[in-house]
Amino acid sequence: MADAPTIPDEAETRARWGSFAWNDDNQKKANEILSRYPAGREQSASIPFLDLAQRQVGAETQTQGWLPVPVIEFVARQIGVPYMRVYEVATFYTMFNLAPVGRYHVQVCGTTPCMLAGSDDVFAACKNRGLVKGATTPDGLFTLTEVECLGTCANAPMVQINDDNYEDLDYDRTAAVLDALAKGEHPAPGSTIGRQTSCPEGGPTTLTAMVGENHDYRGEWA
Amino acid sequence: MSLSDKDRIFTNLYGFQSWHLDAARVRGDWDDTAGLMARGQDALIDTVKASGLRGRGGAGFPTGTKWSFMPKEPKPDRPNFLVINADESEPGSCKDREIIRHDPHKLIEGALIAGFAMRARAAYIYIRGEYIREAEVLFAAIAEAYDAGLIGKNACGSGYDFDVFCHRGAGAYICGEETAMLESLEGKKGQPRLKPPFPAGAGLYGCPTTVNNVESIAVVPTILRRGADWFSSFGAEGNRGTKLFQISGHVDKPCVVEEAMSIPFRELIEKHCGGIRGGWDNLLAVIPGGSSVPLVPAKDIIDAPMDFDGLKAVGSGLGTAAIIVMDKSTDIVRAISRLSYFYKHESCGQCTPCREGTGWMWRVMERMRTGDADISEIDTLHQVTKQVEGHSICALGDAAAWPIQGLIKHFRPEMERRINERGANTAPMMEAAE
Repeated sequence: MADAPTIPDEAETRARWGSFAWNDDNQKKANEILSRYPAGREQSASIPFLDLAQRQVGAETQTQGWLPVPVIEFVARQIGVPYMRVYEVATFYTMFNLAPVGRYHVQVCGTTPCMLAGSDDVFAACKNRGLVKGATTPDGLFTLTEVECLGTCANAPMVQINDDNYEDLDYDRTAAVLDALAKGEHPAPGSTIGRQTSCPEGGPTTLTAMVGENHDYRGEWA
Repeated sequence: MSLSDKDRIFTNLYGFQSWHLDAARVRGDWDDTAGLMARGQDALIDTVKASGLRGRGGAGFPTGTKWSFMPKEPKPDRPNFLVINADESEPGSCKDREIIRHDPHKLIEGALIAGFAMRARAAYIYIRGEYIREAEVLFAAIAEAYDAGLIGKNACGSGYDFDVFCHRGAGAYICGEETAMLESLEGKKGQPRLKPPFPAGAGLYGCPTTVNNVESIAVVPTILRRGADWFSSFGAEGNRGTKLFQISGHVDKPCVVEEAMSIPFRELIEKHCGGIRGGWDNLLAVIPGGSSVPLVPAKDIIDAPMDFDGLKAVGSGLGTAAIIVMDKSTDIVRAISRLSYFYKHESCGQCTPCREGTGWMWRVMERMRTGDADISEIDTLHQVTKQVEGHSICALGDAAAWPIQGLIKHFRPEMERRINERGANTAPMMEAAE
């Protein structure tokens, strides 16, 4: 595939990541993850373990994280399956990065509902700030990826940056989010126009009693 | 007659109030769950059957009937499992997200009751990997339920042992297909399995399994509390109940809203979305059920009832009730071509017609978008969609074919106009060009 990421040199990767192991926190998390699945079904933990490993790599490199080959090998050893069984999982799912990414992984949704709502403007704002699709900025701050529907269609267009969503974007608000991140700030996630989640803009058309109090409707049941 | 607030199931839909257990209890969740379970498994299934609830994940299979396929006396070494599909990835869909992050206890209580009714040992909730904050809420809500003794050993004091686990995916649309989801839960690539055996016979870890959508499970406790007659008093015959509609695209106020099934399209948009952007005359077409269903031109959709049968009658489907509205400013060929790209990206690569066909269809759709094609290629494209449709293990091939078929059916003149404007003198594409 032409747009496949360039996987870094193996010798360098082995030197850096060959001794990868869970840190203390993640060892506890790994034990908890394994306890969710029946004995003998440890392979079920492949996706949660790869996610945990990618996060640990991210924490150690101050980025969103990625999966060097020795780390995938480590996960395979942890769940007792051949390397290939885990490698094919790492390549199948889009959330696993097979090459290093920047501090912020800017994932813009470009699927039709976001496209209709103006994701072209979001891409334009990214381009204006020097982000190139499929690449990391020279300062290592941003990696831009076009992703498929992230399930936030009533708040389109949107972008997911590491673990947070920014919704109801336009050109200016996208640029503002990127500028804030570049300055080291953490802009408030969610709707960028102050809308309450997926409620119609300007206030709800239903369930208005819930706005002010935790209303119990059971008294009105006939 | 429109749905009143007291008849809405997801009262904290917009998250104005806390999702935590104490707040959920005030709203009526976990109220005498043991008493509901004491009605007995068969009575629970009969109530769900009588309510007319049809699966909310797209296919619309009757939920109670699905449960009744599960073995009545599971063997100790082959327990029954409930798998809840929270891999909400259909473009346009964003309803399960609201349930999970704002009303997670409805889902967990539903999991216990549904799991009990089908004699399951545990429920796995498979949530899509990109719902990171939503999964955090769900994990925390499950922990709250365990701490309060609502699930786990002797759940709710009912004497029944039942576990609920959350499993995060990692970004693959295909894992929303039930057997691909089981593969993924077992730690493999999400490639759909051949059926039979069906999951009710051999599903997760080879054990009997039922896969249900989040919304199907989360409405169950309320149906049991208020009765099958209450639920079936909404919607047309065969399309009962209330439903979360998700409206995106060119309306004044896109939103998620719970309404009665069979509500006419015009009423739904007028009441909750502030109308079509630029007025009703500006409406071009609507994709009424998520990207997998064919689009419906404005004149057919405006007075159509939003339910399974009503949308089938206009050549489309309810799907997940994800309504994508397009006004006359839309580049309709580009909108559908972008969906073709989506299916090319998400094809798991297992079946040749889908793996090769989705890429081929997208490339031709891109040429249709620019008009860099020959008139005869519209027919060739249609013929290829027919060759992909029905020739793959799962429905992704069909889902990739239908939007293009819908486009050709309703917007062929627009496609021809683009080709003619560009000159219509390019050579036809060779069929086996790839």
